[in-house]
Amino acid sequence: MFAELLQYLLSGLTIGAIYALAGLGFSIIYNASHVINFAQGEFIMIGGMASATLTASGVPLPLAIMIGCGGAMLVGVLVAKFAVERARNASTVTLIIITIGASIFLRGIAELVWGKDFKRLDAFSGETPIQILGASMQPQSLWVVGTAGVLIVAIGLFFARTLTGKAILATSHNRLAAQLVGIDVKRVVLASFALSAALGAIGGAVVAPITFSYTEMGIMLGLKGFTAAVLGGLGHGPGAVAGGLIVGIAEALGAGYISSAYKDAVAFVIILAVLLFMPNGLFGKRGTERV
Amino acid sequence: MLLEIEGLNSHYGRIHALKSASLTVREGELVALVGANGAGKTTLLRTLSGVHPASSGRITFDGCDITRMKASRRVAEGVVQVPEGRQLFGPQSVEDNLRLGAYRRGSGKPDDDIDRLYEMFPVLKVKRDQPAGTLSGGQQQIVALGRALMAKPRLLLLDEPSMGLAPLLVAEIFDAVQRLKREGTTILLVEQNAHAALAIADRGYVIETGEIVLSDSGAALLSNERVRQAYLGL
Ligand SMILES: Nc1ncnc2c1ncn2[C@@H]1O[C@H](COP(=O)(O)OP(=O)(O)OP(=O)(O)O)[C@@H](O)[C@H]1O
Ligand SMILES: [Mg+2]
Repeated sequence: MFAELLQYLLSGLTIGAIYALAGLGFSIIYNASHVINFAQGEFIMIGGMASATLTASGVPLPLAIMIGCGGAMLVGVLVAKFAVERARNASTVTLIIITIGASIFLRGIAELVWGKDFKRLDAFSGETPIQILGASMQPQSLWVVGTAGVLIVAIGLFFARTLTGKAILATSHNRLAAQLVGIDVKRVVLASFALSAALGAIGGAVVAPITFSYTEMGIMLGLKGFTAAVLGGLGHGPGAVAGGLIVGIAEALGAGYISSAYKDAVAFVIILAVLLFMPNGLFGKRGTERV
Repeated sequence: MLLEIEGLNSHYGRIHALKSASLTVREGELVALVGANGAGKTTLLRTLSGVHPASSGRITFDGCDITRMKASRRVAEGVVQVPEGRQLFGPQSVEDNLRLGAYRRGSGKPDDDIDRLYEMFPVLKVKRDQPAGTLSGGQQQIVALGRALMAKPRLLLLDEPSMGLAPLLVAEIFDAVQRLKREGTTILLVEQNAHAALAIADRGYVIETGEIVLSDSGAALLSNERVRQAYLGL
């Protein structure tokens, strides 16, 4: 009984950590630019695909992850520059459609480059399960949770302690004032896309040994990340992290106790409930209006 | 001449908000720009700071044409604005607001400058860790002024710093402006409170529906019949 529950919690925590990173990506971009970036899942896909295919062709894993991360950051900056920046004065809905378009485009390119089949990436430190109180955990899950934890803390410190982080926050609070203290707000938007892309790509690389990599892996992960961000209150970083963990655990419990057929439905029930009953999420104060 | 504006035009869509405005500010001067509601004062400052585009005309700062320069670079050049309505980074602490004021000054020691500001405005020190948005209107105006000073302005643009403040606080703000001038800061002061502004200004300009209609020394404008009727209610 207890072992079973623990098992579900552990697998929920693992996938929830990835949702948390994706949700954080949504929030960072939303804060800096008020854009809801539905290409976030594609950053995860790029990280997963690049690390799987590069290691398969002999590149050492850390280098492969770094290349994937750098590639995703570049793609993020290009999306910001050529898709989003040009539509600066467009409505929220138009911007969402633009990012969805960008994500479809990126999947198409990925398919041309990498093909349609599943790519395998070896677990980073073997596959001997670790036994915890009757539940078992793949060592890769520790990599996922640990990496996400370190990234989340690093991001927290970046925004709380560094002048650059504070400048990004300042831009989200008051764009005019940010310009008047000399912050280049266009660069802030680009930086936020690069940062979110890096988070997504690293998440994609560490989760790849568990989920496999394929060009459509970003669709669901992106939507779950969006659910996490909305649940936590769009634009609220710690909220997105909590939201990610909640969605991951709820999903694992739903799959375990009800049916794994409903796994994805759980996230959509959550997002509908949030949008209907508490549109500002658990921690957010503001509405989702673009200001 | 530190600042020279020649034939500046600016629009909001089809609204012609600034009509061929010309104005100069010399090093060390305190120049007042007065005018009624909606005359175009804020538009002039926004165009000067580069957060609103000029349609035509020229802005020269310290000999350089800055008409098309990016807003962020103008701050680095020393054109720094305290905007209308303060525009603080509300959820961030007072001290973070001040540090962000020094954003463009990569080098140097912002800490020393913050200490100096705390000395000049003790209230800032008391409130340093509070979210700026929770302060009273007068305190917020001081934060906004302090944030601008952190950028080491060579030309300080003040947009209605006394707006919405109790008379005692208005006096305090004007004292601070005069002190800055004495210490050598060049200031362009925009005010609806024409009397107080012209009284401390070396020179003044009067703007009406986007056009600069009068310019003279502060004292001369104060005794000008047209100004007295239109802006001083005398
Ligand atoms: N964002 C805007 N969009 C459209 N029109 C604007 C905008 N801002 C100002 N205007 C118009 O431009 C003109 C000049 O406005 P501006 O704000 O510069 O006046 P002001 O002198 O600063 O007035 P106040 O004393 O009320 O601050 C006004 O007619 C105003 O309605
Ligand atoms: Mg104004």
